[in-house]
Amino acid sequence: MIAMTVNGTSHTVDVEEGMPLLWVLRDVLNFTGTKYGCGVGACGACTVLIDGAATRSCSFPAALAAGKAVTTIEGLASGDTLHKVQQAWIDMQAPQCGFCQSGQIMAAVALLQEKPQPTDAEIDAAMTNICRCGAYAQIRAAIHSAAKA
Amino acid sequence: MGKVTRRLMIFGGVAVAGGGLVAGYALLPYETIDRARKIGGKDGESMLAAWVRIAPDNTVTVIVPHSEMGQGVHTSLPMMLAEELDADWALVRMEQAPADMAFANTGLARGYLRGDTSIPGWLSGAADFGFRKIAESMNLQLTGGSTSIRFTGVDGMRRTGAAARAMLIKAAAAKWGVGEEAIEAKQSRLTHRASGRSATYGELASAAGAYDPPTDIRLKAKKDYTIVGTPIKRFDIPAKVNGSAKYGIDVRVPNMSFASIAASPVFGGTLKSVDAAPAMAMRGVKKVVKLANAVAVVADNTWRAKEALAALKPEWNEGAKAALTSQSIFASMEAALDKGGLVEDHASGDVDASLKSAKRVVEASYRVPFLAHATMEVMNCTAHFEGDRLTIWGGFQNGLGAKAAAAAWAGIPIDNITLNHTVMGGGFGRRGNTVDYLEKAIAVARQVEGPVQVTWTREEDMTQDYYRHASVARMKAGLDDNGKVVAWLHTFTDKYDPPEAVFVNYDFANRAARYAEHANPIPWGPWRSVDHTQQGFFIESFMDELAHAASKDPYEFRRSHLSNAPRHKAVLELAASMAGWGTAAPSGRARGIAMREAFGTIVAQVAEVSLAAGGLPRVHRVWSAVDPGEVINPATFTAQIQGGAIYGLTAALYGEITIDKGRVVQQNFPDYEMVRMADAPEHEVRFIESGARTGGAGEPGTAPIAPAVANALFALTGKRMRALPLKNATARVTTNERVKSNAQKL
Repeated sequence: MIAMTVNGTSHTVDVEEGMPLLWVLRDVLNFTGTKYGCGVGACGACTVLIDGAATRSCSFPAALAAGKAVTTIEGLASGDTLHKVQQAWIDMQAPQCGFCQSGQIMAAVALLQEKPQPTDAEIDAAMTNICRCGAYAQIRAAIHSAAKA
Repeated sequence: MGKVTRRLMIFGGVAVAGGGLVAGYALLPYETIDRARKIGGKDGESMLAAWVRIAPDNTVTVIVPHSEMGQGVHTSLPMMLAEELDADWALVRMEQAPADMAFANTGLARGYLRGDTSIPGWLSGAADFGFRKIAESMNLQLTGGSTSIRFTGVDGMRRTGAAARAMLIKAAAAKWGVGEEAIEAKQSRLTHRASGRSATYGELASAAGAYDPPTDIRLKAKKDYTIVGTPIKRFDIPAKVNGSAKYGIDVRVPNMSFASIAASPVFGGTLKSVDAAPAMAMRGVKKVVKLANAVAVVADNTWRAKEALAALKPEWNEGAKAALTSQSIFASMEAALDKGGLVEDHASGDVDASLKSAKRVVEASYRVPFLAHATMEVMNCTAHFEGDRLTIWGGFQNGLGAKAAAAAWAGIPIDNITLNHTVMGGGFGRRGNTVDYLEKAIAVARQVEGPVQVTWTREEDMTQDYYRHASVARMKAGLDDNGKVVAWLHTFTDKYDPPEAVFVNYDFANRAARYAEHANPIPWGPWRSVDHTQQGFFIESFMDELAHAASKDPYEFRRSHLSNAPRHKAVLELAASMAGWGTAAPSGRARGIAMREAFGTIVAQVAEVSLAAGGLPRVHRVWSAVDPGEVINPATFTAQIQGGAIYGLTAALYGEITIDKGRVVQQNFPDYEMVRMADAPEHEVRFIESGARTGGAGEPGTAPIAPAVANALFALTGKRMRALPLKNATARVTTNERVKSNAQKL
């Protein structure tokens, strides 16, 4: 049994210790906003926050999440009020197919926590998630927009 | 009821409880109209057009027959209809049409009849999947070939909106006893100024249903547009920022199982045997399913299924392709070209004679590799048999085609199938008519109680794709004394689609394109912009070589061969002016230019490139000039051009699927690298709205980037890049070569 907090709610899951957090979230707890992209930590579609740090959940064993606070895309907004990064994503019309965007948004949230006014170079360094639609210009603009919000 | 012209039909009539009418504009057998009305109508709402429904509260719901892949079509098509309807955009909603014949992509068929487009070869080529019949009978509901706006929008949405508006005006005029010309329709409201009477569209929709739609539809002048041409925000985005958008992989239904699947790693192989025991001993595993060419494990979650599948050691009958390698495939292409007896694609003048008499002949060979689609969302599909009924959940670029194929695979009537469209995590052609992920889900579901979701691993997705074909080209051209091209001979291997991708818009008097019908042994599928990806690289790289051979500036050289193509010339000139062509690039950088017309849209791109450590090119900036005739939504169009260029840049820099022992070598993103944020150039896009027939948005941005970057690299290093991806060649470009080359230029 592994106990963790997801989006502010405590959950206890009966899964193998090595089961990646991604699949616990998606297939056990039904937080499907976090996506499977590659399973090897290469694309970032599965990015969540663990105690505030951006983490690729596909390569993060569930056992290591024990006692930690996990935030997924579903837990970013406060009630009906979107997180400023989500709002910036709408304002800048960042998503195309949208599949990578949960991970992109979580990575951006972590970046802005660490660097509230990131430079383009800092965005390049922090935002290594793949967007196959190539919406990088809009994602960059949205990060700058969120930084101003 | 309906008015029927020979092939084109506008239809209308009171249809649903609560009154109202159905009107639409389509190329459909007459009997499908009732079907569309039945499916698309809702009790209590009036229906104006098969593609629009107006509710008593005055909301307008536009029914869109295309799939949303992020290209914005679920917003752009309603914009076109709402514009002609003079609807209040705040009241407009969108609904995706069911996968049904009544909502087929008739625009594509109509464009075909009119000669503006052809049924893509990749539809008729997909006979393996039983689609040929569907294509032939034009029951298309395809999102691909950049057809949504070009055909459904221009021919369908606009006219439907205008027809519905005219019917509402008729209803208002009759009710108020005034002339139609005295009625103003604006912002979803009808007004008779003289008497001060006014009603919403919703209030009069039911009465409007009594009228036949007009046969002489008048469309608005562009200057009167208030919706089209503005950067309206997309309907699909809010659900994509909070995790609520449901992709195929997110489908969750009661009592479902999860499966992971592995097909024969060798193309065409079959399953010989597999011992299910290692998987069955693992936690959560319900079943090992053996298929003719694959094995799947069904479990209580995707990870357990995936782990248990990895524990199996299936043996395969590898079949005839077990010895294939990339080298053997390229060698067979070269042999096919050497052998001669090529198919003549098109020709004018006498290219062979003019090559002989030319002052100077230039020749060069190019090659491009196989490419995978690598959509962010791996292939997946959920299927559930209940007796002889089948329910499907998944993402399809051609819902109707998928449903028809499912009927064939499941051996049940099409009406026994319910297909639930989900949002797609990328399409790029992969989810068009190569819906093997559906076929496999059906095969697994047949052997499973309850619904089962079959999710491919990334490795499975990358090694079981339908690949953009590798191709070899041999280009030959003759120049005269003035550096003009007098002969152009373009030979290459394998032609798929679209047929015009091999055409060159430059004014060469003597030209021919010929190709070898080499038997591509690797499963083929349309890949964003299809043959333009190869042909654009061959043609525009060779144009650059010719410019240098003629000692001309590459931009001026192209421009001097566009005297009969004013739209192309204007696009090229705009791109050059945006990029400051002719002024010095920043230190250590050089610029390259390329141009391509694809799917009715002309794109010229300039790329500014430097060499990063290790010799890989770094693309700093891109300028695109685009003439699509008209722009529906400048924000989504810009994003499509930029995204299309990133897709093409990934291919140009890194994209390479290689074959060894009959199987794909690359497994996942670490060995099939993608352009990421740090590689993404700053990219300025500008449009020329020439008023020509509306062109596509999703694909035209992809093809020019590879030659633009390769041409820039030549300008920078003096080394001509004749093979993609550039990562293979550029590592060998040394600083010395660069210095030497620059010195030569000085």
